[in-house]
Amino acid sequence: MFTIFGVPSGALFGQLLIGLINGSFYALLSLGLAVIFGMLNIINFAHGAQYMLGALTAYMLLQFAGLGYWPSLIIAPLVVGALGIVIERCFLQWLHNLDHLYGLLLTFGLALIIEGVSRHYFGTAGLPYTLPDSLQGGRNLGFMFLPNYRAWVIVASLTVCLVTWFLIERTRIGAYLRAATENPTLVRAFGINVPRMITLTYGFGVALAAFAGVMAAPIYNVSPNMGSELIIVVFAVVVIGGMGSILGAIVTGFALGIVEGLTKVFFPEASNTVIFVIMAIVLLVRPAGLFGRRA
Amino acid sequence: MRRTLGLAALAAALICGVANAQQINVKIGVLTDMASLYADDTGEGSVAAARLAAADFMKDHPNVKVTVISADHQNKADIGVQTVNQWADVDHVDMIADVPNSGVALAIAPVVAQKNKVFVASGPASSDLTGPKCQPTTIHMTYDTWMLANGTGKAIVKNGGDTWFFMTSDYAFGHALERDTAAVVEANGGKVLGKVRHPINTSDFSSFLLQAQQSKAKIIGLANAGGDTINSIKQGAEFGIVAGGQKFAGLLVFAPDVQALGLKTAQGLMFTETFYWDLNDQTRAWTKRWDAERKAPGKLPSMNHAGVYAGTMHYLKAVAALGSAADGKAIVAKMKSMPTDDPVFGKGSIRADGRALHPAYLFEVKKPAESKGPGDLYNVRATIPADEAFRPLKDGGCPLVNG
Repeated sequence: MFTIFGVPSGALFGQLLIGLINGSFYALLSLGLAVIFGMLNIINFAHGAQYMLGALTAYMLLQFAGLGYWPSLIIAPLVVGALGIVIERCFLQWLHNLDHLYGLLLTFGLALIIEGVSRHYFGTAGLPYTLPDSLQGGRNLGFMFLPNYRAWVIVASLTVCLVTWFLIERTRIGAYLRAATENPTLVRAFGINVPRMITLTYGFGVALAAFAGVMAAPIYNVSPNMGSELIIVVFAVVVIGGMGSILGAIVTGFALGIVEGLTKVFFPEASNTVIFVIMAIVLLVRPAGLFGRRA
Repeated sequence: MRRTLGLAALAAALICGVANAQQINVKIGVLTDMASLYADDTGEGSVAAARLAAADFMKDHPNVKVTVISADHQNKADIGVQTVNQWADVDHVDMIADVPNSGVALAIAPVVAQKNKVFVASGPASSDLTGPKCQPTTIHMTYDTWMLANGTGKAIVKNGGDTWFFMTSDYAFGHALERDTAAVVEANGGKVLGKVRHPINTSDFSSFLLQAQQSKAKIIGLANAGGDTINSIKQGAEFGIVAGGQKFAGLLVFAPDVQALGLKTAQGLMFTETFYWDLNDQTRAWTKRWDAERKAPGKLPSMNHAGVYAGTMHYLKAVAALGSAADGKAIVAKMKSMPTDDPVFGKGSIRADGRALHPAYLFEVKKPAESKGPGDLYNVRATIPADEAFRPLKDGGCPLVNG
C-alpha cells in the first residue's frame, strides 16, 4: 500500500467510502429541500425537524406497534408527508405570493415548536433504535470494515435520488410541475389543478426528509436535536448546488460528503466548517450555485 | 403627647428592624445546558436538585429565604459570561450552580471572583478549575478529569489495556481529560498510539472510528461526554470495534447515557462516578425525592444532579453560619472549614484549592440478563476512598495553595 500526504492509501479509501455514505444523507435531504424550493419557492426551514419526525415515527412505530425497520421505511414517510400536507394547507398556501422571508420565518417557527415539544417528551440523550437483523454485520473489504447497513444507505439513497430526478425531469407529471412553477395561471387555464399539485409536492419533499430520518435512526442518535444539527449543512449544500436544481442537489450532496470525509482525515478540527468555506467561495465565484439556473 | 407617640413609633420600628435582621435572603442561579448534548445529564434535573436543596434547607431554617432561578448557556462561553454579569449586577444572584461544559465554567470563574459571588461548580470536569485556574470563590464538586483518568485509566491499564487511541472532544474539557488520562496510561506502563480531535456535538463518528480501528490500539479512549459518547459507542458497535478485539473506555459516562444506549450496547463498559441512585439506602431515598421534584418519570439522576444538591446544601449551611450571603470569599472560606455531609456523597470535606473530596466508585454496566428492572444498570467493582480519588494538593499548581 502506498501513502498519500502521509496517510496510508487504505485509510484514505476507507474515509472516501465513509464520505460517500454521509453524502447520501446530504443528497437525500438536499433533494427534498431543492424540490420544495425549486418547485414551490418555499424556504423550508422545518426540513430538519421533519427529518427528525421521520426517525421519531420509526421509533414510536417500533415501541407502540411493534413494526420494525422495513414497514417503517414506507409508513413513516407517509405519516410525516401527510403532516406536511396539513402544514401546507393550513399555513403555507397563504404565503405563496409574499416574500420568501415569510415562508422561512414560518417554517423556522414550526421547526422550533416541533423540536421543543419532542424535547419535552423525549429528552435529548436519545432513544435506542437497533439495526434491522437482515442488515447487521458487515464485510471486510481489506482496507476497511464496511457495515452492511451503511452499504444499503448508499444504494437506497442513490436509487431514491435518481427516481425523483427522473420523475421531475423526464416524465409528463414532472413537466406539469415545472411548468406550474414558471407560470401557474397559464397552467391552470389548461385545466391542471395547480394548488393540489403544490400541496402534494410539498408533501413529497417532506416525505423524502422523513425517509432520510428513518434511514438515519439505526445509526445516528434518535434525538430531537438531530435535525437542527444537520439542517444548516444541508442548506449550505443546496446553496452550493444551486437552489432550483435537482441534479445539482444530488451531485453536490455526494461530492460534499466526500470532501468532508477527506477533511476529517487531514484536518479533523475543521470538518464542521469546510462546507461553509466552500459555500462562501462558490457564492463569490458563481452566485447562482454550481448547477443553478436562475440569475 | 405627639412626641411620646413619635418616640414609641421609632422604638417599635427599631425593634422590628432588629427582629428582621435575622432574615437572610439568598438567590441561587442554576446556569446549565437545557437543550443540547448535556441536557439530560444536567439541565432540568439540576434545577430540580437545587430546588430540592433549597426546600430541605428552608424547612430546618425558617429565617432563610432561598430563591432558585435558572438559565441556558447553550454551551457558549459568551452567553455564560453575559448571564453571570446580568445575574450579579441586576438580579442580585449570590451563587452560580452547575455549569456543565468546562469552556463555559473556565470563562465565568474569574467573573464570579471579580464580583465576589460564589461559584459551586458541580457540572464541569476540567481539573484546571482547582489547578492553575483556581479562584477563591470557586468550589469544584462531584468529579474532575484527574479523578476520571485515575479511576478509569488506571483500572483499565492494570487489566491489560496498555495501548490507547483517543477520540477527543475538541475543547477545554476534552483536552484536559485526554491530557490527564494519557499521563496515567504512560505512568502505568502503557502507550498512547494516536489521537483524533472531533468538534463538540458531532453526530457522525464513522470517520474517527475508522482511524481508531486502523491504529490497532487495544483501547479506544472516549475523551468526550453526553451525546458524543453515546454516538461514539453506538456507531462503534456498528463498525465491529468490539468484535474486532478493541474495547471502548468511557472516560465520562453518566447514568442517563447508559439508559439511552441500552444495556445490550453498553454492557461491560467500565467508568468512574461518584454517585449512583441504587448505591445505598440514603441515595435511594434521595432519588425518590428528586424524582418527585423533577416530575419526569423514568429519568435517572446523574452524579451532576447529586452534585448540585450537595453543593447547594453545603453553601446554604455556610451562609446560615455567617448570617449573610453578601461576601463570596468569606462564604467559600467557611465552606472549606466545615466538613460536608449529605445523603448523596456521604461524608467529605473541601480542600484549600476548592476541591470537594468524597469517595469515588468504579462501575461496570450490567449485562441485560443481570438487570432486574429499567433502572438497574451498574455493578460496583471498586470503591476508591476520598484521599486517593483526587489529585494530591501539591500537584495542582493552584496559586491559592502555594502563595
